[in-house]
Amino acid sequence: MQFASVLPLVFQNLGVSRQGKLLLDNLNTTVESAGTTIILGPNGAGKSLLLRIAHGLDLPDQGSLQWNQQTPQPGEPWRAFVFQKPVFLQRSVYANLEYVLKLNKIGKTNCDSLIREALQHTGLAELAARSARTLSGGEQQRLNIARAWILKPKVMLLDEPTAELDPSGVATIEMLIKAIAQQCTKIVMTTHSLGQAKRLASDILFLHQGRLIEHTSANLFFSQPETDLAKDFIAGKLLNNH
Amino acid sequence: MNDFSQAFSKAIWLIIQLDGDLIEIVTLSLQVSLTAVLIASMIGLPLGAALALYRFFGRGLLVAMLNTFMGLPPVVVGLVVYLILSRSGPLGMLGLLFTPTAMIIAQVCLIAPIVAALTRQTILDANDEYHEQLKALGAKPSGLMITLLWETRYSLVTNMFAGFGRAIAEVGAVLIVGGNINHSTRVMTTAIALETSRGDIELALALGIILIMLSLTVTSVVMGARHAAYKIYN
Repeated sequence: MQFASVLPLVFQNLGVSRQGKLLLDNLNTTVESAGTTIILGPNGAGKSLLLRIAHGLDLPDQGSLQWNQQTPQPGEPWRAFVFQKPVFLQRSVYANLEYVLKLNKIGKTNCDSLIREALQHTGLAELAARSARTLSGGEQQRLNIARAWILKPKVMLLDEPTAELDPSGVATIEMLIKAIAQQCTKIVMTTHSLGQAKRLASDILFLHQGRLIEHTSANLFFSQPETDLAKDFIAGKLLNNH
Repeated sequence: MNDFSQAFSKAIWLIIQLDGDLIEIVTLSLQVSLTAVLIASMIGLPLGAALALYRFFGRGLLVAMLNTFMGLPPVVVGLVVYLILSRSGPLGMLGLLFTPTAMIIAQVCLIAPIVAALTRQTILDANDEYHEQLKALGAKPSGLMITLLWETRYSLVTNMFAGFGRAIAEVGAVLIVGGNINHSTRVMTTAIALETSRGDIELALALGIILIMLSLTVTSVVMGARHAAYKIYN
């Protein structure tokens, strides 16, 4: 039900260049699916930049990106962003979550129950009093997701959230992402892992050197890729010569 | 060497004796310098943070001035405050010259730029680390400043005590605006200067040793508290 108010996500002639280098080149597509959208591509494809624009953290030089005809501004509570490398305040796990609620002026009476729910949901209830900075990499990423999810956003944007985790950490985070997606939160996530894209994606935006090569359903992308670039990427070949 | 050992013995003796004059001088020194640090911090912390986080007209000039004022000669500050507080000066009617208040004002002028400039650098560094994350979470500029000041509190305490070190050790400004009046505005540094000019090197050295011990004690207590707080929160 929630998706109706945030979708479609429309990229129109979206372009970004920095210091004379074209980082995103005239992207045009519309994301309408309620499932998990994966932005896939090799390093330097422009995945993270596109995700940052979708949260209002960066601005395009040309064209536009709009969520249901709204240009995103950072800090809108209906959308949350999960960075690859989380930065936590020098406070406890509990206090880091409380900080987000205070920023959004959530009354004290609701704070505790929201925090307990987020901790429970991410399996961090036992670690509430621990300093956030002393958590392991996997625990930190779960807290990172808890912090983004605590306001029950309609959209969660995740920038390679498992890039620095071991396989069991990856599995835990992927389960968490699936659980959140099932609760009617639109997930848009970047990754360069084909396996992860296969496990999570309902549709895929495949980028290469700032260009949108394909936008199609995950099934079609992996079974019948349309372009040579996508075929080579799926086959694990280097794409530098294209 | 002999002078130093005699001075050290005298310093210990003065402390053991709990000499009334000494306690008065030490108390006034601490009162003046700690009050100056508190006031300078109330000015310097938000000023430094604002210079680090906000862009406004004249910001570059203000930063350059702050960096220059970090090395202000105390006698020049003393002279300027003296002129402002003297009878013919713009604040002469307040009658503050040759009072501890005048000494506090002079020391605030000396150390506020130090606290502000160091705070600016501390907040700049923290902002590099936190800015994107806090912006993504929805922190507004004012909230960002308060959050960063709190997150860097341990470093800021060190900055404040860089200011304290400057204040407790300076002599030029407090001598000019305080006048080194016995039982009124005499502090450790002015007493040392006086005893040296009188030729009582032994007493001057003893006071110098006590001053260093005093500074060391205050700094150790604060750093100990800082370390304990850091361990609790981290």
